Amino acid sequence: MHSDNAPRLELLGITKRFPGVLANDHVSFAVKPGEIHALLGENGAGKSTLVKMIYGIMQPDEGEMRWNGAPLAVSNPRAARRLGIGMVFQHFSLFEAMTVLENIAVGMDAKIPARELEARIRAVLKTYDLTLDPHRIVSTLSVGERQRIEIVRALLIEPKLLIMDEPTSVLTPQEVGQLFETLRKLAAGGCSILYISHKLHEIKALCDTATILRGGRLVDTCDPKVETSRSMAEKMIGAGLKDIVKPAGRSFGPEKLVVNKLSVPGTGEFGMPLREVSFTVRAGQILGIAGVAGNGQNALLDALSGEILGQDAHAITLDGKSIGGMGTTERRRHGLCAVPEERNGHAAVGDFSLSDNSVLTARDRLGFVIAGLINSGAAKTYTGRVIADFAVKAQGAGATAGSLSGGNLQKYIMGREILQKPTLLVVSQPTWGVDAGAAAAIHQALVDLAAAGSAIVVISQDLDELLSLSDTLAVINEGRLSPPLKVGEVSIEEIGLLMGGMHGEHAQAGAQEGASHAVPA
Amino acid sequence: MQFRLEKRAEPSRLMLYATPVAAVILTMVVGAIIFSAIGYNGLGAVREIFLTPLTNSYKWQDLGVKAAPLIIIGVGLSIAYRANVWNIGAEGQYVMGGLAATWVALATYGMTGWWILPAMMLAGIAGGAAYAAIPALLRTRLGVNEILTSLMLTYASIQLIYYLVRAPWKDPMGMGFPQTRIFSEAARLPTVIPTTIVHLGVPIAVIVAVVAWFIVSRSVFGYQIRVVGAAPHAARYGGFSEKRTIWLTLLVSGALAGFAGMLEVAGPFQRMVPGFPTNYGFTAIIAAFLGRLNPLGVIFGAFVIALSVVGGEVAQTTIGLPNAASGIFQAMMLFFLLAGDILVRYRIRRVRPQNVGAV
Repeated sequence: MHSDNAPRLELLGITKRFPGVLANDHVSFAVKPGEIHALLGENGAGKSTLVKMIYGIMQPDEGEMRWNGAPLAVSNPRAARRLGIGMVFQHFSLFEAMTVLENIAVGMDAKIPARELEARIRAVLKTYDLTLDPHRIVSTLSVGERQRIEIVRALLIEPKLLIMDEPTSVLTPQEVGQLFETLRKLAAGGCSILYISHKLHEIKALCDTATILRGGRLVDTCDPKVETSRSMAEKMIGAGLKDIVKPAGRSFGPEKLVVNKLSVPGTGEFGMPLREVSFTVRAGQILGIAGVAGNGQNALLDALSGEILGQDAHAITLDGKSIGGMGTTERRRHGLCAVPEERNGHAAVGDFSLSDNSVLTARDRLGFVIAGLINSGAAKTYTGRVIADFAVKAQGAGATAGSLSGGNLQKYIMGREILQKPTLLVVSQPTWGVDAGAAAAIHQALVDLAAAGSAIVVISQDLDELLSLSDTLAVINEGRLSPPLKVGEVSIEEIGLLMGGMHGEHAQAGAQEGASHAVPA
Repeated sequence: MQFRLEKRAEPSRLMLYATPVAAVILTMVVGAIIFSAIGYNGLGAVREIFLTPLTNSYKWQDLGVKAAPLIIIGVGLSIAYRANVWNIGAEGQYVMGGLAATWVALATYGMTGWWILPAMMLAGIAGGAAYAAIPALLRTRLGVNEILTSLMLTYASIQLIYYLVRAPWKDPMGMGFPQTRIFSEAARLPTVIPTTIVHLGVPIAVIVAVVAWFIVSRSVFGYQIRVVGAAPHAARYGGFSEKRTIWLTLLVSGALAGFAGMLEVAGPFQRMVPGFPTNYGFTAIIAAFLGRLNPLGVIFGAFVIALSVVGGEVAQTTIGLPNAASGIFQAMMLFFLLAGDILVRYRIRRVRPQNVGAV
């Protein structure tokens, strides 16, 4: 059965069909023992489907899988774990109110006495130099620590193959560094790692081999150390990548948005409040707001858009006018447009046509309402313009928003707000889950809007996006906003420390400490 | 052979309109089978209930008179339900509208004047809206579920009738019967077709449905209730307040139910009696769903319900079907409709059984 020179995992002509889609089209590649193998592709390229078949959540329609040279059929995740295939999902499945130990015990296939399990967990933590207290309650842990629980859970089965699905999307740069150390150690011990991501510099730093998927097909298997980020991105999207064109020698106009000590309570049990947030955005300026998810970004967007009203009406002024006490409709009339992170159900209504979705935010600014009645012809015309200008793939203005792919819906939403020519545009995660081509188009549209004299606030967890897009950057942590940092002058380490909760002058000192920490022997 | 439900890319328009019709047809088929199985003439029952009333011009008058309150209440409910506001207490609001109109009729007893009927209408509308304001207040202030409060208030309103017709409003010449006196001429609804029982409320019901349809499909108010119902978070983002929408939809549906109560008490009843609540407020729920929560569709839904009520009476006398039969038919219609709803968003696909590999 077992032969030493056989690949750990080999896929031969794997095909998976869904109604109307060929999710995987004869995909073949192999993962060697101890190899860190990247699976690279845009959203919808078929990465998730492929790993779900390896982990036994789905079955392939055609093709063969081999495990150490022997034919492999995985009927369910439990069978996969028994073989030594572990997986860490992008979204954690943890009970907030339980301890680390309890969470791990719940997820184990075999019943193990708590004391023995704890001993095994401590052994794994020691082997891989991970810090995690088994008796901490999960709700008190950071995202990075929560991910560590999932990793420990996967390591307890002593995996021969570990699948990591977009593991760094929620981590600070320092946490990413620690994760990479763990993965390298694991690979050195002979465990193969299948690493799913679309962050190219991470793949260059970590992976030995990269398999690139596009539209369900294998495009190339290459060595990421030899390739450039750009060449891999172009293989991923199948076209040349457009750079963001920023007009040279930009200067900013007068102050548009002034936020002064804005505080709002958090919504829900785990909602993060805003604590005395202050910043200023000038005409033509793009302010980026970085931070790990759940640190008050949603509250900030809702407080700026007017969905949540703060105590002090004067905490927010636009063009010198206090707008802190106004609702969303009135703020829009004053030129403030906003795009929340959640597309379906918040920024757009999935069951409504695109035309009806245009009525949602554009009805007052563009005069779709006459005497209480909606002029649906005008809404349709405007929607047609959004579709054309932003190359939205949709069957006309009558298509329901829910029928669009995530990227196309985002292009529509961005277009709907940008074509209203707002004085101030606030967007959260403008390119989250959007393919590289669409992301480039959205970025360019934002830069053009700023060049036309609008002020823009971009809230994002994607640091690369913020660094390439914004003029100034601030970091949100625990509901507090750092002082503005000039892009080009600030180091990634400094931003990373701010994201992790170090403030002001401590960040500078911490940067050196963090740097030495990130490069262990 | 296996079947699988598959999500449609777009909700099916065809199924949206075909499923209510299919629900009615299925009700007839299953109803015939059930009543045959328990020893009645099943086919006869379906014929008597669904066809006989249509072939008889007298029964057409009945249909119109029975459908009118169902249309008016159903239109109000369809507006509330679109916004995901579940007013189940239209029966109570209908009763309060009837009582408020009765109060005006008794206060103006013996007077004449064109203004008495409009005053009764306003009182009915106000009574229904005020009664619906209680669940609205509780929901928006304290987060109390409006399904419970509106439903329970219905039973309170019925007790109020019993009290009023037995004591303060009792007909002095009524030989002790618990009912009010017959309204004077000026407080009674005129018939619109001479020598029939078709009163002014019937054309009013159709006008209400058409106006409501126009408002719901064209106005910002209609857009607001649709957004709040479909995606409350998006509604907030779009600048629509959920609380305001709860208030508006409960008041509108209560007002229309109260209006229907006024038309009933001033039309067919012409006095307040303990038997005034006849479940219109509950059956209108089925009419609203059969009509796909579309005010024009409610006319169809109300007509089908009225048919089963009138036909149920026919079947009682001709083939001795129990009174509960029409209720069973109405309930089946609602169930088949709700079950059929899934076809709007999903399609049924035949699949071959897959060979699932094992380790």
